Amino acid sequence: MATGYDYEEAPGTYDDANHQDIGYDPNFVPDSVKSFVVHLYRHIREKNVYEIHQMYEISFQTLSDRLFKDTPWPSVDAVAHYVDNDQVFCLLYREMWFRHLYARLSPTLKQRIDSWDNYCSLFQVVLHRVVNMQLPNQWLWDMVDEFVYQFQSFCQYRAKMKNKTEQEIALLRQFDQAWNVYGVLNYLQAFVEKSNIIQILEQEKEGGEQFTATDGYDYSGGSNVLNVLGYFSMVGLLRVHCLLGDYQTGLKCLLPIDISQQGVYTSVIGSHIATIYHYGFANLMMRRYVEAIHEFNKILLYIYKTKQYHQKSPQYEQILKKNEQMYALLAICLSLCPQVKLVEETVNSQLREKYGEKMARMQRYDDEAFAIYDELFSYACPKFITPSAPSFEEPLVNYNQDAYRLQLKLFLYEVKQQQLLSGVRTFLKVYSTISLGKLANYMEVDETTLRSILLTYKHKTHAVDSDGKIISNADLDFYIDDDMIHVVESKSVKRYGDYFLRQIVKLEGVITDMDRIKLE
Amino acid sequence: MGRETPKQQQQVSYTVEQLVAVNPYNPDIVPELENYVNEQVSSQTYSLDANLCLLRLYQFEPERMSTQIVARILVKALMAMPAPDFSLCLFLIPERVQMEEQFKTLIVLSHYLETGRFHQFWDEAAKSRHIVDAVPGFEQAIQTYAIHVLSLSYQKIPRPVLAEAINVEGLSLDKFLEHQAAGSGWILEKGHVRGQLIVLPRNEFNHPELKKSATDTVPLEHITRIFPILG
Repeated sequence: MATGYDYEEAPGTYDDANHQDIGYDPNFVPDSVKSFVVHLYRHIREKNVYEIHQMYEISFQTLSDRLFKDTPWPSVDAVAHYVDNDQVFCLLYREMWFRHLYARLSPTLKQRIDSWDNYCSLFQVVLHRVVNMQLPNQWLWDMVDEFVYQFQSFCQYRAKMKNKTEQEIALLRQFDQAWNVYGVLNYLQAFVEKSNIIQILEQEKEGGEQFTATDGYDYSGGSNVLNVLGYFSMVGLLRVHCLLGDYQTGLKCLLPIDISQQGVYTSVIGSHIATIYHYGFANLMMRRYVEAIHEFNKILLYIYKTKQYHQKSPQYEQILKKNEQMYALLAICLSLCPQVKLVEETVNSQLREKYGEKMARMQRYDDEAFAIYDELFSYACPKFITPSAPSFEEPLVNYNQDAYRLQLKLFLYEVKQQQLLSGVRTFLKVYSTISLGKLANYMEVDETTLRSILLTYKHKTHAVDSDGKIISNADLDFYIDDDMIHVVESKSVKRYGDYFLRQIVKLEGVITDMDRIKLE
Repeated sequence: MGRETPKQQQQVSYTVEQLVAVNPYNPDIVPELENYVNEQVSSQTYSLDANLCLLRLYQFEPERMSTQIVARILVKALMAMPAPDFSLCLFLIPERVQMEEQFKTLIVLSHYLETGRFHQFWDEAAKSRHIVDAVPGFEQAIQTYAIHVLSLSYQKIPRPVLAEAINVEGLSLDKFLEHQAAGSGWILEKGHVRGQLIVLPRNEFNHPELKKSATDTVPLEHITRIFPILG
């Protein structure tokens, strides 16, 4: 799984051209592995989702820790005959094989290309054959997540041309289709289309289909694989578009999923976090700060309450990392849009602890403030990529930082435009009415400049939402009557209606569950 | 054949929008998207999604990028203010391209509009006629934006301030004000110091008492969720 975002090309202890390192024999299959694949294969054939999940989540992890701490699992060729040489199982096994490799070791270029080939084969099978399996959502999410992660990793790797060997350059030239951005996007798009997931979700709202209610599983003897991959691919598309810097389209891809409710995306914690993280980040870049704050607040509270249950899970580290990043993003949002009333008590106290001091400094908008905005943004942002093919002409350069530098630059540019607003805010807090002349005096600017500053304040605090409506996110507002400023304080926004609705639905769910138990 | 042209135009844009929705990750649609940009310019229409799609494809294959088309996209995005379309487009344009003269100018123009510096904006726009004249409707679009921001901020605005913001003075301004008074509910008053005062229409932003307690309204759509429970 996509545990870290490290791209250090540390020399791996495994060299695929030379099978002699550190006692790794790809053909040696320990008994426990033989047992593992035999049982997993059987459970998949019998569609025993619970057992598959146990083996996938726990057994695989345990065996990896015990036997394959820093070597790959046995090659697929070595285990194939234990599983009737089943094509689909072998593709699934290889997918896990590569994921383990990426997590524990450093993939070589050849391995990156082979992994791409494996995904292509696996995805083709799912897209074109009627696959008759039921796999746990965790696994299906991990596939999409890992697919996008390996794409991101490849772009980063490819952009560091400076120290590439002749061999690597030759391979890159030869296999120019591997991890090609068109290929990646089109596979994700194909899943969304072929599964018809958008129509399914729409029909579900009208009571026609059942998808969310069954967590995406098919209880009538069919397969959940295509539908759920289609569903998670929408999150995958959001993620890829964020990596490219296209926030508008990213959010559009996610639109069919209603994030104000539970759904299949919340059935897997990794998916829940990835969805909200990217949703929040995209909204931040689109200056929809209130929306971002609202969602970050919800998820951070959720993680706070539930992270203890994931302590043993292989995703735990990643959960913690994303948690910290979202606190940083929340700090940024609240510094640009001071609406502390939107933040829950628990989250707020955590936020104060981690970033209280930094937030105070950010709101001063001096040079130090920009440095902090830079620091937090750089820590918390996605690993932006340059999707185009590299230039093979001398001199070879590293351009892996270009995409990140552009997004950072534009973000700081926006922050700079808001620089004068904090001064205005300070004064607006103190006065209920004040003449333009007087305020201009206090702020040491002329009246014309003050009028511009006030217009900027209005413009920056009135964002355009996804429906084209103007939404005010100003905690402190004003209007001008000729040359008098009248200050207005806005009421707090506590959304009780939403809260009650959610509790009603939740209670109903609990009652339904209890009824179900009685019947059994 | 001539009579079919407007309908054909409608058909073309329908097809392009479909393309963008159904098959956007496809290098073959670049020429169509480029034509569509030119069409948006000449027919004074606008499609952010199609333009973002093209900028993405340029990102995937930078050698195919036409800076002229990109410049036109940016001007159209500027005209869409207060929407953040301009910065959404910039996110997709490589830094070295943004360093070119015409893009630096457009970025400066955007900066002036974002920070309410209308006087400087119109000055700079006058110096860059070749960029902005190429797109019909530019002036009106910016004036609309200016009035939008002024309407958020002012209940009553002095005539000179308005004049500077929309770059209209004298008799033209008189005519403009008459038109707005007749059609958009503007009221012209006599101010005590600076001559004319214009009273802008009331909205929830310049008249906070009009703000609905939209804070706790729940959309009907959300209530439908609990109909099965209530029923």
